[in-house]
Parts: sequence; C-alpha cells; structure tokens
Amino acid sequence: MTESLDSAGKLNLAYWMRLTRTLDDALVAMWKQGRGVGGTFSGRGHEAIAVGAGYALGPDDVVAPMHRDLGCYLVRGMSPERILANQLGKEAGVTKGRDANLHGLGDLSLNIIGFVSHLPQSLPVALGAAMAFQYREEPRVALTFTGDGSSNTGLFHETLNLAAVQKAPFVLVVENNQYAYSTPLHEQMAIDDIVVRAPAHGVVGEIVDGNDVMAVYSAVAAAVARARRGDGPSLIEAKTMRMLGHAIHDGAEYVPAELLEKWQQRDPVTLWEAALVAEGALSEATLERLRGECHDEIEAAIEYAERAPLPDPATIGTGVYAT
Amino acid sequence: MTEIRHLTYLDAIAEALSVEMERDPNVVVLGTDVGGSFGGAFKVTKRVATQFGPRRVRNMPMTELAFIGAASGMALMGMRPVVEVQFADFISTGFDSIVQFAATTHYRWGAAVPWVIRAPSDGGIRSGPFHSQNPEAWFVHTPGLKVVAPATPADAKGMLLASIRDDNPVIYFEAKPLYRSLKGPVPDGSEAIPIGVARIAQEGDDVTIVTYGSTVHDSVQAAAELAGDGVTVEVIDLRSLKPMDTDAILESVAKTGRALVVHAANRMAGVGAEIAAFIAEEAFGHLDAPVRRLGGMDIPIPFSPPLEDTYRVSAYDIVRTVREMVAW
Ligand SMILES: Cc1ncc(C[n+]2csc(CCOP(=O)(O)OP(=O)(O)O)c2C)c(N)n1
Ligand SMILES: [Mg+2]
Repeated sequence: MTESLDSAGKLNLAYWMRLTRTLDDALVAMWKQGRGVGGTFSGRGHEAIAVGAGYALGPDDVVAPMHRDLGCYLVRGMSPERILANQLGKEAGVTKGRDANLHGLGDLSLNIIGFVSHLPQSLPVALGAAMAFQYREEPRVALTFTGDGSSNTGLFHETLNLAAVQKAPFVLVVENNQYAYSTPLHEQMAIDDIVVRAPAHGVVGEIVDGNDVMAVYSAVAAAVARARRGDGPSLIEAKTMRMLGHAIHDGAEYVPAELLEKWQQRDPVTLWEAALVAEGALSEATLERLRGECHDEIEAAIEYAERAPLPDPATIGTGVYAT
Repeated sequence: MTEIRHLTYLDAIAEALSVEMERDPNVVVLGTDVGGSFGGAFKVTKRVATQFGPRRVRNMPMTELAFIGAASGMALMGMRPVVEVQFADFISTGFDSIVQFAATTHYRWGAAVPWVIRAPSDGGIRSGPFHSQNPEAWFVHTPGLKVVAPATPADAKGMLLASIRDDNPVIYFEAKPLYRSLKGPVPDGSEAIPIGVARIAQEGDDVTIVTYGSTVHDSVQAAAELAGDGVTVEVIDLRSLKPMDTDAILESVAKTGRALVVHAANRMAGVGAEIAAFIAEEAFGHLDAPVRRLGGMDIPIPFSPPLEDTYRVSAYDIVRTVREMVAW
C-alpha cells in the first residue's frame, strides 16, 4: 500500500528538509567557530528519514526521536529558537539548561518524548506510549527511531518481541547509516539487512531508501495506518549514510572518501528539490525563495538564542521531582 | 467508620492494589507471571488478576528492561503502571531504564513518570544469592527516584497507595520474609500513608536504632530483650528511604545520644553508611558513643542455612551491639 501526498504536502516536505539542513549547517558552523557549548550532533544525510517519518504521523501520535532526527523535532512543532537555546544551555531551551544538544528535547504538549543517551532506551518508552493508547482504545500510534548500532542491543530485540506480543500500535524506524560511531556495519553484525530482525519477532519489516523522502513517508504512513487499524507493529529500515562525523568533534577519517562521494550524489535534500522542479511542482525561483526563508528563519533563531539568558544557578535543584 | 482488621503483609499489599485499581482506571499491573489464574510467583497479584482480568493485570514476556521502559512510556501518557519484578534481585535487568530514563526525565524536560516498581526483597528463606537481595542502596543513590520499604501490613497498604498516587517513579521494596509470617492491623478504606515520614516503632531513652524493612522486627525483639537489662531502646522505622525523614532521626538521637543503624542489606556503602555519616555531621554534639552500623556481610548472599544465618543481622547481633554502645 502506498500513501501519497498532494502537491502542498510535497512542498511541505521540501520546506521541512531545507529548514532542517539550514539549522544543521548552522549548528556545525557555530560549533566550529567556537560559539557552541559542549558538543553537538549533525544529522546531515538523515533529513529525509527524520522529516518523512515525522510528517507521516497524525497530530495526536507520539514520537520519540533520537540524535539524528533534528528534522523530526522541527516537523512536529518544536521551534528552532527552543532547539538552539537548548543547545546553548539557555533558560529558554527545552530543558532549561539541564540537558545537552538534542538530548532531552521532550515536550508532551507536542507529543514528543525526549531521549536519554543510553541507546536505545527510547524504544520501550515509545512502546509503552503505544500500549497506553491501546489500553485506552485511542486511535493513536507511537513511533520511534534507532540506529544500526543500537539495533544490536538486547533491548532492541526485547522491545520488538514485546511490541509483537502486545500487538501494539508501534512503529520503529531504523536509521541504517552504515556506522555506529567509528564501527562499520560489517563489524557490528553478520547480516546485510537489519530488517531481517523484524520477522524473527513477528513484526512486519520493510526496507526503504532513506534518502528518498517520499519513499520514507509512504512506508511510514502505511505502517502508521496499519498500527492505527490494530494490525500491530512495524519496522522500517531506512538505508542512508551519516555524512559527517559521529558528533562535532569527530572528523570521521575512518570513513572511506569514496563512500561519502557516492552518497553525496544522492543528497536527500537536493534530491527532493530536484524531483519537485523536474515534475514542475516547484520553480527555481520558488526554490530560491524557500531557501531564503529558511535561512532568515534560522538566522533569527540564532540571534534569539544567543541573546537569551543563561539559567540562574539558584534554579539548579528545581524539578528533580514532580510535585 | 474505619474498621480495623488483621491482615498479613502480603494481603495488605494485595488489598492496596485492589483498592487503587478500583479507584483509578489508569492503574495497571505489569510483570512476569502476574496475571491469569497464577497471580504472581508469591501470589501478590492473584486478587487483582481475578478481580480485573488480563487487560489490567498483564503478563509480560521475560523482557524486564523492555517492560520497565514501557511502564515509563505508559506513565508519560498519564497511566500509573505498577510493575512487579519477580524478585528484587532481577531489578538489575531494568537498571538503565530506571536510573537513566525514569529518574532523570522530570529534571531534564519536566515530564512526570508516575510508576511503581514492586520489588520482593530480602532473604532468610534459603533462597540463595539471586533471590535474597536488598538492592535499595543503588536507588537511594539515584536522584529522581523515591524509595520506600514498609515493615508492617498497615504501612505496606498505605505506602503502596501513596506510591501509586505519587507523580514520581517509586521503588517499593516489600520484604518477602514478612509476606505470610507477619500479621497486623490494617485500616479499611483507601487512605495513603505519606512517603517521607518515619514511624517510631518503639519509644525509648537510651539508644536509637534507625532501621527499615524486616530488621524493624529484629530491632523491636532486641529492644524487648534489652529492656531486661534496664536499657530502653527507641526504634525508628524509616518506612521511606528517599526522601528520608532526617528530622525524626535527629530528634531521637538528640534524646538518646546513641545511634545504631540496622539493615538487612550488606553494610558496605549501604543506606546505613549515609545515615551514620548524617548523624556524625548533624548530631555529633549529642553523641555519647560512636555511631554503629549492622548489616549483611560484604559477600554474595550464601544459600546454606548456617552460612545465610551468619550473613544476616540477627536480633542477637543487635542486642550485643547495643550492650557495647551502652558500656562505651
Ligand atoms: C548504551 C550506549 N552505549 C554507548 C553509547 C555511546 N554512543 C553514542 S551514539 C553511539 C553509536 C550509535 O550508533 P547508531 O545506533 O548506529 O546511531 P548513529 O549514531 O549512527 O545514528 C555510541 C556508541 C550510547 N549512547 N549508549
Ligand atoms: Mg549508525
């Protein structure tokens, strides 16, 4: 089953991916210029996955993104201002200076669950959200992401097994970007496709081109629809490439240049923009304007975040417990 | 009108589950073997399994880390899951989800994670190294969690009600040697006993024993023996370890001038170490003798009766230690 989008939807995907890339580029530039605090992650190469999957969810669905999913936070309504303020440790950040970079970017008013560093601890949490929807008979779905590296953990398997047994409305997107930090796939696992782990647990699995946003969107939308119908969980393996280092400090010299060159030909953001131009849905002029808008939006957000105040040390102890 | 009945410690826990599941449809039970006609390894959930069925008392596959994580997800969505780990010893399989995810979430991004993990702990019933542990110190060391350890049937009920209603992740240690051996008055109804308030299990003037869980009973037994020497012992049952009622400790030590901390868990870096340090820092001026601690030995918990008995703190150890303190 293929879920399709009208032309407005297709343009929206282009906008969110361009906004994601613009913010990602800005983060990398700021950190290289010494304007960052601590470390940060780039999701360059993951835009189609993060945006395509996030866009496939309904407004009441819940998502638990990970550290490559900047686009998912944006498409689900978290503003660049709050994300940037968080990355700079500001009071106006999502975590009020309590958690770093993309960690902890949770906001239940946006149906976003924040993640902890320990991978893939978001998997069972998102599954629990799905189990809550199922228990209350609400037509809602929970989706989460994980990496190829994290798919080797016991928890990945425990979660898939539990999701299948519960027949929960749960969708897992595996972002296979060929590396876990410095470790290439063949040193991580003895299989070619992570998707084979899905049927082993009774979960529906599918491979998609993670650099084709429409392919990601369609596959995820179908999985979300299946979950919403009560037909249980799915796993989608989106194949892509991590185009920069593991995190900002990492030059990723261990990645063969040819591999990056190959994937660079299929950059997900420009690939989709070119496709829309080719099919006449987008003119070069509109595309130029879109890029300009994204640039201005992110520049304004940076200005806001850099000026925003740091947290007052007197607040350090507040919020450890819910009262 | 509140009628006072006598219930076992186990039935008091079962009653709390039943009362709260009746009151709040968001409360569900998750665990291995908790449901169906079986009702849990110790039968604690049998009553609610019968009463509410599999939709609310849910058998989980042996995926402790996943279902403890799932409890966090359910809690974030407004439910109040109560997880049973079959033995407290197995809680280590869920450690990441407890101490990294659940404990930090409210501080990091302001979302409440109101679950309870019920952990049947403690030994003395010849269950060996992996079915006898008291792992509370791991969790008392973790900011963001609450940790309770009721010692009486009334507290077992009232504190489980409080734990389920609390908006934070709570680890509820139930002392399994007390399940069927201890009976006591338990109020009818649905009144919670607040977390963080100690109970004076016995009043006295000469020595303060700070304790919790099964060793409350060993301490009270020791106090009866010591009364024969003319020594009166005040036994403070902490009930809650995090938050801890430090005012109650200070008040008692100010009166008695002598403090002994007793717990069933091994002594090394146990909760008693924190309490002893706290007393030394905050009540040094009141002390007439060094603070003492009793706990399990710093070894894996052995199985065979003479070995396990040597490992565990006994009422006799408490009597002997108090005599030394009084003679100091
Ligand atoms: C349990 C755990 N071990 C180690 C780390 C440190 N670490 C952070 S990301 C990462 C690699 C993750 O690889 P993958 O799951 O493929 O995601 P990617 O970063 O490639 O998107 C590692 C080892 C961690 N976060 N969690
Ligand atoms: Mg990877």
